[in-house]
Amino acid sequence: MIAVEHLTKKYGDLVAVRDLSFKVEKGKIWGLLGPNAAGKTTTMRILTGFLPATEGKASVGKFDVFEQPNEVKKILGYLPETLPLYPDMTVTEYLSFVAAIKKIAAPRKKESIAKAIKVTGLEQVKGRLIKNISRGFKQRVGIAQALVHDPLVLILDEPTIGLDPAQIIEIRSLIKALRGEHTIILSTHILAEVTQTCDGVVIINEGRLMASGSLEELTASFRRKEGVIVKVRKGIQDAAAKIGMIEGVEKISREDGELKIEWTAGLDLRDEIARVLVQNDFGLLEMRTMAMNIEDLYIKIVSGGTET
Amino acid sequence: MKNIWVVAQKELRTYFTSPIAYVIITVFLLLVGFFYYNILLWFNAQAMQMAQNQYYSQQININQMVYQPLFNNISIILLLMLPLLTMRLFSEEKKIGTEELLYTSPISVNQIILGKFLASLLVLLAMLALTGLLSLFSFLYGNPEVAPILNGYLGLALMGAAFLAIGIFFSSLTENQIVSAILTFGALLLFWIINWASSSAIGFWKDVLNYVSFFQHFENMSQGILDTTDIVYYLSFSFFGLFLTHSVIQSRRWR
Repeated sequence: MIAVEHLTKKYGDLVAVRDLSFKVEKGKIWGLLGPNAAGKTTTMRILTGFLPATEGKASVGKFDVFEQPNEVKKILGYLPETLPLYPDMTVTEYLSFVAAIKKIAAPRKKESIAKAIKVTGLEQVKGRLIKNISRGFKQRVGIAQALVHDPLVLILDEPTIGLDPAQIIEIRSLIKALRGEHTIILSTHILAEVTQTCDGVVIINEGRLMASGSLEELTASFRRKEGVIVKVRKGIQDAAAKIGMIEGVEKISREDGELKIEWTAGLDLRDEIARVLVQNDFGLLEMRTMAMNIEDLYIKIVSGGTET
Repeated sequence: MKNIWVVAQKELRTYFTSPIAYVIITVFLLLVGFFYYNILLWFNAQAMQMAQNQYYSQQININQMVYQPLFNNISIILLLMLPLLTMRLFSEEKKIGTEELLYTSPISVNQIILGKFLASLLVLLAMLALTGLLSLFSFLYGNPEVAPILNGYLGLALMGAAFLAIGIFFSSLTENQIVSAILTFGALLLFWIINWASSSAIGFWKDVLNYVSFFQHFENMSQGILDTTDIVYYLSFSFFGLFLTHSVIQSRRWR
């Protein structure tokens, strides 16, 4: 649904986005993750037609962003990082203006506005001036304006920034509810946002693509060594010795009363280890895989880890 | 056209839901009323004196003695007030971040510019139309010619439109409304008085300086002289202002 190929954007000598490529499938929520100033907003602005790219290609749906910007703008809803709200309008007046500039046909206009208000839960404030409603409601109005023309693609730049924890949960569940009907890209520098809301992630740092893929694919690809951490009730030393005899085990270390067992990549020794521990009556309490999670991955990447 | 009207409607709503339009129109009308009243008093006194002499009494002309100075005064008031009408048009969008909404919508930059221009032009026309009420007194107690008055109003509207276009251009340059208003005011004043320099210029430059001056062209129109040169001048000035605005917006995004 969204394809970005070798996208580069330079502001004078400053390179904001460097040779960025990724794809997002239809109906999925994809996160654009990176620290501040990583190039997330620039990428989104290019996709929405607000900024041109210096090099590269981008397409949304079947339209080229640079060749057919107006077609793209019709099927795309965008929530910029700074909410684009007119404080002196009421919520309904504002959405009505947005519906008009998004070229919604007059017969469908009322219905579209009512739907956007309903989906984003704005009924109770729809007659109030935007300057008088809370930050959480303003954020919802921002999402409502992106949704009002029922776009195929939604681009949300930091949709939960500046909200309190309860509002963050509300906005996240709102975004999740939009999955399927809409293809969504959201940018964030908060990891939890990606793990809780997104199907996949594009991680960028200093304008470069560091990793992209579904969450499972990414964590799996970054798993260097495979292993487990086990916790036993008694005889931890003997347990280590017994496990050490299993073929394929490369390293056993003790950390905080637990055993960290690593084996050659490609093997799966979990059942073997469990059998040894149970047969020798060490009292197996817990066994968990030592996979690298998205958080480890992110920290590794932004602190100068390996590219994939 | 529909898109232009949508943008214009939004701007008109902003003008009239905030105090901006009311304050500008009120102050404008107060000043115009004050000038009209004083010119009328002077005209009265002058006419009474002139009426005593048969030769001079034939030269009493309300168009020349009331309307011509009135139009000149109105043009100066417009020069002072119109930058306040245009200063927020693009600056505000930039400042509050709504420009991203406008430029990522399927309407063109030209339609946005024309919509804003149209809204400010409608406020200007409303301001001028309201001054028409003053003419009721002239027609009740005097016998002025209508055509030169309409010609004067046409001049004010055309010149005002050019002022607005220049104001919109400066508004597109900055997100600070005060800076936008000051730059507009400075530029308008410069174009108003630029023909002063023509007295020391020679040949080609003398003509150029005279041609680009707002004042030179308005003088004809306030006297009731309808010349296509003046109309073309003001229209091309408006076009130039709006064209520059378009260039600024596009170049800012393509930088």
